[in-house]
Amino acid sequence: MSRLAVPKTYKLYIGGAFPRSESGRTYEVLKADGGFLANAAKASRKDARDAVVAARGAVGGWGGATPYNRGQVLYRIAELLEGRRAQFVAEIEEAEGVSRAVASAQVDESIDRWVWYAGWADKFAQVAGNANPVAGPYFNISVPEPTGVVAIIAPQDTSLLGFVSAVAPALVAGNSVVVVASERFPLSAISLAEVLATSDVPKGVVNVLTGSPAEIAPWLASHSDVNAIDLVGAGDLDWISLEIAAADTLKRVLRPESGPDAAAPALGRISAFTETKTVWHTKSLR
Amino acid sequence: MSFLEYAPAPESRAILSLRDRYGLFIGGEFVDGRGTPFQTISPSSEERIAEIANANEADVADAVAAARRAYDRTWSRMSGRDRGKYLFRIARLVQERTRELAVAESLDNGKPIKESRDVDVPLVAAWFFYYAGWADKLDHAGLGANPRSLGVAAQVIPWNFPLLMLAWKIAPALAAGNTVVLKPAETTPLTALIFAEIIQQADLPPGVVNIITGAGDTGAALVAAEGVDKVAFTGSTAVGRAIAKQIAGSDKRATLELGGKAANIVFDDAPIDQAIEGIVNGIFFNQGHVCCAGSRLLVQENIHDEVVERLKQRLSTLRLGDPLDKNTDIGAINSKEQLERIRELSDIGVAEGADRWSVPCEIPENGFWYAPTIFTNVQTSYRIAREEIFGPVLSVLTFRTPAEAIAKANNTPYGLSAGIWTDKGSRILAVADQLRAGVIWANTFNRFDPSSPFGGYKESGYGREGGRHGLAAYLSPAPIGQAAITAGRGGAQRRLETSGTAPADLETTAKRSPRSARSATKGSKR
Amino acid sequence: MSGTSLVTARERALAVLGGEPDDATLGRYLHGFAGVDAVGLEQRAAGLGTRSIKTSSKKRALDLIISLIDLTTLEGADTPGKVRSLVAKAVNPDPSDATTPRVAAVCVYGDLVPYAIEALGGAHGDPDDGLISVAAVATAFPSGRSSLEIKLADTAEAVAAGADEIDMVIDRSAFLAGRYGLVFDQIAAVKEACRRPDGTSASLKVILETGELVTYDNMRRASWLSILAGGDFIKTSTGKVQPAATLPVTLLMLEVVRDWHLMTGQRIGVKPAGGIRASKDAIKYLVTVAETAGEEWLQPHLFRFGASSLLNDVLLQRQKMTTGHYSGADYVTID
Repeated sequence: MSRLAVPKTYKLYIGGAFPRSESGRTYEVLKADGGFLANAAKASRKDARDAVVAARGAVGGWGGATPYNRGQVLYRIAELLEGRRAQFVAEIEEAEGVSRAVASAQVDESIDRWVWYAGWADKFAQVAGNANPVAGPYFNISVPEPTGVVAIIAPQDTSLLGFVSAVAPALVAGNSVVVVASERFPLSAISLAEVLATSDVPKGVVNVLTGSPAEIAPWLASHSDVNAIDLVGAGDLDWISLEIAAADTLKRVLRPESGPDAAAPALGRISAFTETKTVWHTKSLR
Repeated sequence: MSFLEYAPAPESRAILSLRDRYGLFIGGEFVDGRGTPFQTISPSSEERIAEIANANEADVADAVAAARRAYDRTWSRMSGRDRGKYLFRIARLVQERTRELAVAESLDNGKPIKESRDVDVPLVAAWFFYYAGWADKLDHAGLGANPRSLGVAAQVIPWNFPLLMLAWKIAPALAAGNTVVLKPAETTPLTALIFAEIIQQADLPPGVVNIITGAGDTGAALVAAEGVDKVAFTGSTAVGRAIAKQIAGSDKRATLELGGKAANIVFDDAPIDQAIEGIVNGIFFNQGHVCCAGSRLLVQENIHDEVVERLKQRLSTLRLGDPLDKNTDIGAINSKEQLERIRELSDIGVAEGADRWSVPCEIPENGFWYAPTIFTNVQTSYRIAREEIFGPVLSVLTFRTPAEAIAKANNTPYGLSAGIWTDKGSRILAVADQLRAGVIWANTFNRFDPSSPFGGYKESGYGREGGRHGLAAYLSPAPIGQAAITAGRGGAQRRLETSGTAPADLETTAKRSPRSARSATKGSKR
Repeated sequence: MSGTSLVTARERALAVLGGEPDDATLGRYLHGFAGVDAVGLEQRAAGLGTRSIKTSSKKRALDLIISLIDLTTLEGADTPGKVRSLVAKAVNPDPSDATTPRVAAVCVYGDLVPYAIEALGGAHGDPDDGLISVAAVATAFPSGRSSLEIKLADTAEAVAAGADEIDMVIDRSAFLAGRYGLVFDQIAAVKEACRRPDGTSASLKVILETGELVTYDNMRRASWLSILAGGDFIKTSTGKVQPAATLPVTLLMLEVVRDWHLMTGQRIGVKPAGGIRASKDAIKYLVTVAETAGEEWLQPHLFRFGASSLLNDVLLQRQKMTTGHYSGADYVTID
């Protein structure tokens, strides 16, 4: 006799906790064949607000951690994900209606991207920064620093890979993020949040919202305490309006990407959410 | 008669041979503008200098078309080596005409000749020299092999450092292989137009550099123009915001250098005499018309009175007057409008409850002037502590601990620059780490160098000018396949490695267009 | 002319230091200052050096420079004849122009003081009265390497011979070894040796020999130390060590005397010496004095140039301004 399964309640991930939407709303997540899969929390603007507050609170500690430490924390995510590989493969198979092999490839690639970006944490500054040979008695150096709070509209066409591809690079330099997961495939994002919650990622560094990007994105784009917005998965939204809203506080904006592997690994995804800081100091023996 | 009342030592204007009228510089020639011409005046005397053409939308389109033609036909095809040689030529010509350019700048802008002569114009030459050398070394700019120029750059610059801002814009753009249409500020077009003559003397291919004059509407038309690939703007945050909105949804990339309200933090162990000089230089350099000016003095409370007293004494030796006098420290305010804004914000400071102290000095009868002014008893909530005054007005606030200094310094939507004065090395580095600003000067202030990136955090804009970073702002990475092939790498590597060896756009804050983003994508997830 | 009394100087030092002027107390005090940022100091000096002095201001500046010069000869080969020649130049710098002011003082080795006084005759006296003082270097100048007894004897002899001013050297060895108390005591003792039987005192210039102190922090500590110990003037150099006077060093010392004045109300003089040869450079020093300590310092009791060849360059410039054409070396006397 088969055992009756215990279904999971998928909630939001804000400040290290898993709250329901303050609005009390949920929406139905369907399988590829249209059958009911789960209810996901439908985040409201107030959830977005709370997530930004949590992200702002976390940015100092995460950005201030040593790059070596950040690299280890990011690598730890890969380790944990590897351990729960089967869960994610099954989740993707069911949600996206793809074969086990395809789902496995997506999970493998996601894990490997965490590894790739984890390795950048203590190298990126050496590639993006440099000493500047100014014409005068000065020590002068330029270094990349985290931009701050980054809002991300995750790629909408995958459960896990797009989400990881957008989130990981933003974390490398020390930003904290508020991510709006894929509307159609939100479950892996929340499962990943469960991984993050038990990893060494400090609470508030990653905040995950599920629901309607069209509803939430404008609040994030116009939020004064958001420093940058990655519209990679916003191609089907009125993203020009989002960019215009973002301009009110001169947010750094990455425009939408289409294609099967949006947010493919690139150093540019790290540098897009950094600020170059140049420090001068006088030099003298006298 | 006091010894300090040095006799006037005016720089000769005879070195200038100005035209009575200046046209637009399009396609290598001066042409008439189709808008209503305007006069440029000297802000120190209100005397007319010359009539300046006004570019309307059709003129803007002509200039962009000329830049596009030059890009397609010559500049993008020219070797980096030759582009570099043109830039070296320009650098030399600027050096040869240094005095003339300095006099013209002080005349048109109102800044002291000692600044235009010793700071602005030498830096202009240095900027061209620096970027000239980059032109044939773009593979090393941090974007991988064979980075691409962007095309036509629309560049709109402010009136505070007219020629220097021109150099900041044109030198990296040309080195990277772009052509440009540049619009100087309405009140300070003169040196840009003399620079157009230098472009002719350098025999630069027609259309590579186009200079169009006009007011804000000309600039807006330029930014909006079809065929522009890159927008570079230095100016107010309000206009920068408008530009960011204007180009939203387009393929145009932007570098924006906007306003600031820099904190200059003085700890109680600071090298005090040098700190006083740094405070003075920080806010009174160029009449405070500096986006990175140290307009908020954060002084440790236990030395507040001493610092203010020393500052007042030092300020009383400043000499305000004729910008062309070599002994002038404080020149004219650039325009009547700016003067009114400075007055308005200062009056607000008084109304808010701050104590105003101005240097007792004689104000010339004609022209626009504002005596160096210090506000003490300023609270963080006051408008004079939050808004950019862009004039010779310093707000003095206090702090008790390093953490409080950092918190107050960062408590602004701006983030362009900051100063730290302390004898303690570990504190300098830790405070520098935590300040949210793009340029940190420690035990110095207002230093600029072509090799040193400059630009802001937050609402001070995005993108960097100067250094390798400033070059990258005018480049995009080669399409992946080409970069990999050129680098001698096969296609057998895993996608991840390929992506890593062809780093995408290194420009930290520029917007990436869907097109270029797509080009960086390779492979499929399924 | 007379300097401040030693008793007053000592009381003031005790008050400022809050204790006996021993190594520990002085060390705590002198090391309590924040460091000097060398780059900032040099930039400020360079900025002051860009002041442009023209026409009427320049004429006054040139005359002022002459009136502030300690016309100096400090050679082993100096003879009574050389000193007489120097004095003649000091009294009448430009025989072709009677409006030329006299220098402030002649500066010679102690054993030549009698010859200088004799040669000056009625021109000997206070520069405030249009007369010329006699300054003598003492204390085993220039190295300062001898016992205190010899240094004091050296000083007393020069004062007894009629020297109005004593240019002593500090013990750099003791200073660099951190023995500030010793340096203080030596200066104080020399100050005492400057006293004349009638109760007046020769003015004491304390030479720091900045070229051997090297860092600006050292120079500033030595400046404070010298003032605390009773020096009436602080002087950069002997002229025997390079670099000698520089504009940044002089600026730094002027900042010290300015701050001392703010603190105590007492005005201390500054004397850059060695290496200032051109009028153009000397004018930069005047600007630096005026904009740092204030114009009241531009008088012989508060500012001097220790120089020899500077005088002739000033005279050439002066002739140019009078005649409107450039002059030549043969139109001024070599000494």
